[in-house]
Amino acid sequence: MTRRTPLFDLHQKLGARIVDFGGWDMPLQYGSQIAEHHAVRRGAGVFDVSHMCVADLKGARVRQFLQSLLANDVGKLKVPGKALYGCMLNETGGVIDDLIVYFLGESGFRAVVNAGTRDGDLVWMRRHAAAFGVDILERTDLAMLAVQGPEARGKAASLLSPPGATSALALEPFFGREIDGWFVARTGYTGEDGFEIMLPAAEAQRVWKALNSAGVTSCGLGARDTLRLEAGMNLYGSDMDERTSPFESGLAWTVALEPRERAFIGRGALEAIRARGPQRKLVGLLLEGRGVLRSHQKVLVPEAGEGEITSGTFSPTLERSIALARVPAAAGASAQVDIRGKLLDARIVRPPFVRHGKALVSPEVI
Amino acid sequence: MSNVPSDLKYTKTHEWLRTLPDGTVEVGITDHAQHALGDLVFVEVPEAGRKLSAGEPFAVVESVKAASDVYSPIAGEVTAGNAALAAEPEAINSDAYGKGWLMRIRPSAGASATLLSPADYEKLIAEEGD
Repeated sequence: MTRRTPLFDLHQKLGARIVDFGGWDMPLQYGSQIAEHHAVRRGAGVFDVSHMCVADLKGARVRQFLQSLLANDVGKLKVPGKALYGCMLNETGGVIDDLIVYFLGESGFRAVVNAGTRDGDLVWMRRHAAAFGVDILERTDLAMLAVQGPEARGKAASLLSPPGATSALALEPFFGREIDGWFVARTGYTGEDGFEIMLPAAEAQRVWKALNSAGVTSCGLGARDTLRLEAGMNLYGSDMDERTSPFESGLAWTVALEPRERAFIGRGALEAIRARGPQRKLVGLLLEGRGVLRSHQKVLVPEAGEGEITSGTFSPTLERSIALARVPAAAGASAQVDIRGKLLDARIVRPPFVRHGKALVSPEVI
Repeated sequence: MSNVPSDLKYTKTHEWLRTLPDGTVEVGITDHAQHALGDLVFVEVPEAGRKLSAGEPFAVVESVKAASDVYSPIAGEVTAGNAALAAEPEAINSDAYGKGWLMRIRPSAGASATLLSPADYEKLIAEEGD
């Protein structure tokens, strides 16, 4: 039995093609996936991300709990509303999940974790929370909408009260705040500006329709995937999992080894990996010619060995195929990809490929 | 609803066939197939002169989501591949039975094919759903 979000009926009415994603019936696309992609790069789009798990963490020692649970350090979160992206690791340094935590001030922290991993995440978090006396409350009463694109904040703010709109538009990147009964955060997964809005489930359909009326395009998981890949953002389960460390996943920037005295789960394993040097790295690939890179295609790196594509697609913005691939650490600037038995040239690049509507890899050198 | 023109023949694997006045056969993928694939972004068509047997993959169509082989419904020799699709793969989405044709093939002498009538093809896609 698949699960459904509070917006499921509306997705069907809007003509969405529904697919199973991590055990959830979710909209893949409403019409053209590429048109939805461009709507987010050029205007504004809205995604139903209510399948993600919102959990509120409370208790006197909640900060210490998160400092032991995450490879990034919530000690960096000093101002209420500030968010932090990081990984939850196992003892061998593998990634159990990636998540965002928001510091809510006196009332604790709020974590947002992936849909496909939510059950395992909650078990893991609760197991370790006990020692810190931390309560974990899953917020199944909330829906979550991601409103993304250069026009997203303005259009979303138009649904708020005048003081609420002023407050929302004043949010700095990677900050969230309670506004008019919603939690509005300036975060996202597209490489564009925008908000992620957590709101009572009963309001979700009304708000979605109001966003549509304000000119915000309904967007499905298909466009969400091409947008995040252009933005160089990892997808859990494809680009990293429990067998890969953050160092091999392009996520070294999310690992806080300072202060040295902070003990977190997986720290010992990460220090050992760092001491001997990671054997593999996650890179961006840009296909030189025509064709489409897909996950699990083999990547051949001259004099360095073999790797594998972890996520691949056609980039609607670049009109080229792009990918993330895990390759030997010694890989240089070029590689070949085995596409149905043909070896095609690809350029190794540093993600992101696109940010704020602009290509970061210039077409003339492609 | 998928568009199934009444003047064409179909296959179980979602190709359509149109017999042209010169006896060659034009082949493409159906409206139902393009809809299932989503936005097409890359198409590989065969060169003229390539010999195909019935059931052999002759083209690859790739959408944002996935790559799919397209199978020749009949044995014969390719007389043309639709080279215009290299620059405009989305023609398959917008005009599956017209500008979206994939190849023209001259059937071998005595070649036969198991084809579906429009009514039978409509029945097939109704059973498959969506």
